[in-house]
Amino acid sequence: MALLLQYTLIYASVLLLVALGGCFSERSGIINLGLEGIMVAGALGGALVMKYMPNLSPAAMVIGVVIGSVVFGMVFSLLLAVAAINFNADQTLVGTAMNMLATAAATVFVKAINMAENPNNVASTIQYIDQKKAFSIIKIAGFEINWFMIITIVLLILANVVLYHTRLGLRLMACGEHPQAADSVGINVYKMRYIGVLISGFLGGLGGIVYITAGVSEWKFENGVAGFGFLALAVMIFGQWKPNPIALAALLFGLFRALSNVYSGFDFLASLNIPGTFYKMLPYIISLLVLAVSSKKSRAPKAEGIPYDKGQR
Amino acid sequence: MNKEKKNILSNGAVQTLLASLFCIVLGLVVGYVVLLAINPAGAGRAITAILQNFLYFPRPEVALEYFGSTLAKTAPLLMCTLSVLFAYKVGLFNIGASGQYSVGAGFALYFGIHYNAPWWVCLILAMLGGAALGAIAGALKAYLNVNEVIACIMLNWISLYAVNTVLTEVKESGTTYTLPLRTNNPNALIPHLGLQHLFADNRYVTIAIPLAVIFAILVWVVLDKTKLGYELKATGLSINAAKYAGMREKKNIILTMAISGALAGLGAGFLYLCGIEQWSCAQTAVPNMGFNGIAAAFLGGIHPIGVIFSSFFIQHITSGGAYVDKMVYCSQISDLIAAIIIYFCGFVLFFKHVMRSRIQKSEDKKKNVAAKKGGE
Repeated sequence: MALLLQYTLIYASVLLLVALGGCFSERSGIINLGLEGIMVAGALGGALVMKYMPNLSPAAMVIGVVIGSVVFGMVFSLLLAVAAINFNADQTLVGTAMNMLATAAATVFVKAINMAENPNNVASTIQYIDQKKAFSIIKIAGFEINWFMIITIVLLILANVVLYHTRLGLRLMACGEHPQAADSVGINVYKMRYIGVLISGFLGGLGGIVYITAGVSEWKFENGVAGFGFLALAVMIFGQWKPNPIALAALLFGLFRALSNVYSGFDFLASLNIPGTFYKMLPYIISLLVLAVSSKKSRAPKAEGIPYDKGQR
Repeated sequence: MNKEKKNILSNGAVQTLLASLFCIVLGLVVGYVVLLAINPAGAGRAITAILQNFLYFPRPEVALEYFGSTLAKTAPLLMCTLSVLFAYKVGLFNIGASGQYSVGAGFALYFGIHYNAPWWVCLILAMLGGAALGAIAGALKAYLNVNEVIACIMLNWISLYAVNTVLTEVKESGTTYTLPLRTNNPNALIPHLGLQHLFADNRYVTIAIPLAVIFAILVWVVLDKTKLGYELKATGLSINAAKYAGMREKKNIILTMAISGALAGLGAGFLYLCGIEQWSCAQTAVPNMGFNGIAAAFLGGIHPIGVIFSSFFIQHITSGGAYVDKMVYCSQISDLIAAIIIYFCGFVLFFKHVMRSRIQKSEDKKKNVAAKKGGE
């Protein structure tokens, strides 16, 4: 039971972080379908810090890994920002390209460093067994609290404050609803959208490293993040682009994702004799159902996905 | 002379071609830089290997045989590309081609191996399976306003796991791969009709290749020359206008996704029923074919005839990735190049816009000059 709770919380953290990222981007008017790719980039950034600086003290390790993943995530998100904001590119297409690009680039890169170290190692895997221990704060009866959960809660509070109680957040939302009106009162729409996308890079990148350190101590980059970025988008839609409902949705989805990891530990679930693949499918099935129920009256930012054209009214 | 030159550049098809070539060059340059970064010594040879693909073999008959294999894999890719293209023309982004492709593979192989069905039954079932999955995404979009991209991604993963489970029943005992059709049910293999003789008796060359081209032409005819195509495109341009004009917009969306899914499902049939590959039941990633289809669709300028060439190019470099020096690089380098090409395809509209406004400007200038001369 403790294990289920722990996995639920850690997966909920991932979903919450990434969905908040999507929320900031979409609130500024840019659909971010590249979250999946941003997660991979962030995961790579964090994993590289763990690989090349294995002897950091625990505190420095947490900070280093966070910085590594956040920087990679933000730099990668610039690909979307430049294409969508400056070049009016199709945001769906660019997002898709980013997802493919991140997985392919990470695979090529990790394989290259592995092969450089040992010509027989052609795997796209990075290991971080010992380094990972730095993230855990305390373990009570099999339940482990880790730093990422704390960081996630802090960021959730921060997201609420920034979005609803600061000039930046209110301006950002204005750009996602009616950019022309925002521009007419002197808000720089391009700048706001850059900020929105970069925040999504920050949060998405962080979500990536949390995801690959949840439950496993090595990651095969060929697999990307298995649709988790898109699950986060479903969480965001279910949460109606608002931080607190997103948090609740993330908990729900996190629970189903956790079930697929630990279902065999529950006697009544194991006795049902449902094949393991069903539990693997479960998060995706649930998210489809949830989307089917919640999309009808969804209240997406009005101007999302539309390139801002100064000349248009 | 001057007039002719202007005409060529303001022609839409030429602009598309130029933009696509530009994307390819950029993609290759970035790919080359990545290769240089990994190991400067072999980068030149690696990029040539990717670009040469089957020409890598000096003996013409061997090259011809591998050319046949590349074509055999181009046919499924072309079908996935058409799937993406068809949906895109109707304003839908079918990122689910991979899932529809998986379901198609599942149906084709399960009925081929388990029930010993003949090839045409397998193909039709693959098509229907893909169509059903596409229709689900379409119905979710039409009736419940679910974003088709997210719905398709979810369906991709669900169908991957489902197909893995189902095909485990017909897999080889020692490996994770499905039983080979050639030994278990040769009837399920798509016939050659003598085509293999053109490619040094490459046994993977089947009528799937000409069939895929025929489907490309069919898609072109349906989209551009029929009432159905007109209605579908109108729905894509403005759903409310279509509704107001008396079209059944919801039906149109579902139909589009079903056709789109059928094309992807057929693609899987074309690959797995020629025996060139066996499905691995331990796959943990959705097949790449559908995503490469997105690359080829945009590279081909979203035109059914254009994508025949772009599909070949994408498959050409993907197959070429197998010939890079495995001691230094990995074959995923060609996935990377394909991804970079798609990324730059996002800029195509912008390139075209710039080109058009440049031409417009120079024309205006000439007109002004002419007008001034006339005034004097």
